Amino acid sequence: MSILSLTSVSKSFGALKVTDDASFDVPQGQALGIIGPNGAGKSTLFNLITGNIRADQGSIHFEGRDVTRVSAMERCLTGIGRSFQIPQPFEKLTVYENLLVAATHGRNMSEAAVRDDCADVLERTELIKRANTPAGQLSLLERKRLELARAMATQPKLLLLDEIAGGLTEGECQALIGTIKDIHAQGVTIIWIEHVLHALNSVVERLLVLDFGKVIGIGEPDKIMASREVREIYLGIDV
Amino acid sequence: MAYSVTTQTPASRIASIAGLILIIALVALPFFAGRGPIQDMFFILTMLVLAQFWNLLAGYGGLVSIGQQAFVGMGAYALFGVVILLGLDPVPSILLAGVAALIIAVPTAFFAFRLNGAYFAIGTWVIAEVVRLLVAQWKTLGGGTGTSLPRSATKDMWFVEIIEETLGVRSAAARDILAYWLALVLALATIGGIYWLLRTRRGLALAAVRDNMEAAKSVGVDAARMKWMVFLTSAFGTGIAGGLIYMQKARISPDAAFSVTDWTAYVIFIVVIGGIGTIEGPIVGVLVFFALQSLLADFGSWYLMTLGVLAIAIMLIAPRGLWGLFSERTGIQLFPIRRTLRGGKLSETKE
Repeated sequence: MSILSLTSVSKSFGALKVTDDASFDVPQGQALGIIGPNGAGKSTLFNLITGNIRADQGSIHFEGRDVTRVSAMERCLTGIGRSFQIPQPFEKLTVYENLLVAATHGRNMSEAAVRDDCADVLERTELIKRANTPAGQLSLLERKRLELARAMATQPKLLLLDEIAGGLTEGECQALIGTIKDIHAQGVTIIWIEHVLHALNSVVERLLVLDFGKVIGIGEPDKIMASREVREIYLGIDV
Repeated sequence: MAYSVTTQTPASRIASIAGLILIIALVALPFFAGRGPIQDMFFILTMLVLAQFWNLLAGYGGLVSIGQQAFVGMGAYALFGVVILLGLDPVPSILLAGVAALIIAVPTAFFAFRLNGAYFAIGTWVIAEVVRLLVAQWKTLGGGTGTSLPRSATKDMWFVEIIEETLGVRSAAARDILAYWLALVLALATIGGIYWLLRTRRGLALAAVRDNMEAAKSVGVDAARMKWMVFLTSAFGTGIAGGLIYMQKARISPDAAFSVTDWTAYVIFIVVIGGIGTIEGPIVGVLVFFALQSLLADFGSWYLMTLGVLAIAIMLIAPRGLWGLFSERTGIQLFPIRRTLRGGKLSETKE
């Protein structure tokens, strides 16, 4: 059964069509990678799925329910969690409080009830030692980890990761991949936008290629990477 | 070892004991202080309440309003209205002042929430002016020139007789003492209530919305509801303060009750100079403001210019106010809200 399905979703900013008739399904428990050149509309596609932007046309179903007109806040409550491409921590709150906001509101529970779950997420994302540090003082890797941890604190069924490996060193990237693999192994469905292809391909089972807002290919990573369109458009190689 | 969470700090423990002693002293003040100090304290406490609510609005909710005089004026006029027209006692009418402010806050929010930042600020001011002009048309309450509370209403006010007998004072002094005690209750309830709010998950959500609205929505925070809650709460509190201030003055006019200088500009000065976004800030700010006012009272417009220059200087040198400066240097917080996680893996090694 597919947890998420998009049917002919389109979005324009003025004359620019950033999402053009996008249709695809994501089966429950799968990890889907999204690739495409800069400006292909990857982040917009995410914002459409999370509800930060409303679709002009088409419909989005999550767990069989039509969420096309549902707000970002309510989509979080139904089980869609996300990380932002540029980390957006609550800077004046501590790392622990960042998770506390997400857990208490995203799951509609009391602070006491989510305390241990938050600590658990902090341990898994290797942020526990920084629990009482204001988020504004974190390094880039820690900010990326906080994006992941805060999304996890809402206990999402579907987790959207937006270029979470970008800008990290190789060692940092490997550590983060390990954490993401753990999350995926627990049955969380993942959609991951990434330019760092080896990181992406070590986790995802399926790849989707986006160009000028259109879905130009979806399938097994090996086949997609080998396809003529991808090499032409995305990798800029003349074939 | 299991995890636990605390918000207490050593300083806050000492502060809570000192606070308790201070409260007892303030309650007992009328037994040994004269009428002058009581009136001064009434002014300080009511300005503190207005400052706390503006701080909640702007410092925590990010809603910079310069139209709070609409709620002061509306609360005050509602109190005069029910006392003069319906013959109610002024003391319970103070609560109705809050309700009246709440009633006009709903349409105000409806329009003002369509605006953001500076436009929101101007919008609230314009709405306050509209309310002032409308109230000035209310002929039974004196129209543009205003009116006074009838002598019969102020004389037989609740508790006044008991205070007269217990403290052996005249009726006018007893009314001041009553107003002072009510202001004290209001100030304590305001500070206590705001502190409680900030320590709930709604307080966390407020901080999250202030830091990053889009991210807050993405983790399930109902940002729109938070804005409404903060706006209505501060309107209610500001209306109650307005009712109380004019119950004590016993004389009202639209220009005074809806004065942007008295009820918003001074209040912003207090919050900015003391430290926006903290509970301690407005307390420090109101004391500085009162000291300046007492010192410079005879210098007319020089007084206002000094206030302006001082506010600009503080904003440039210490954007987080006097309390912010002190708190940064010493790490002391009297009303800590930071949730500190302890135990578990945190106790394994020293941080």
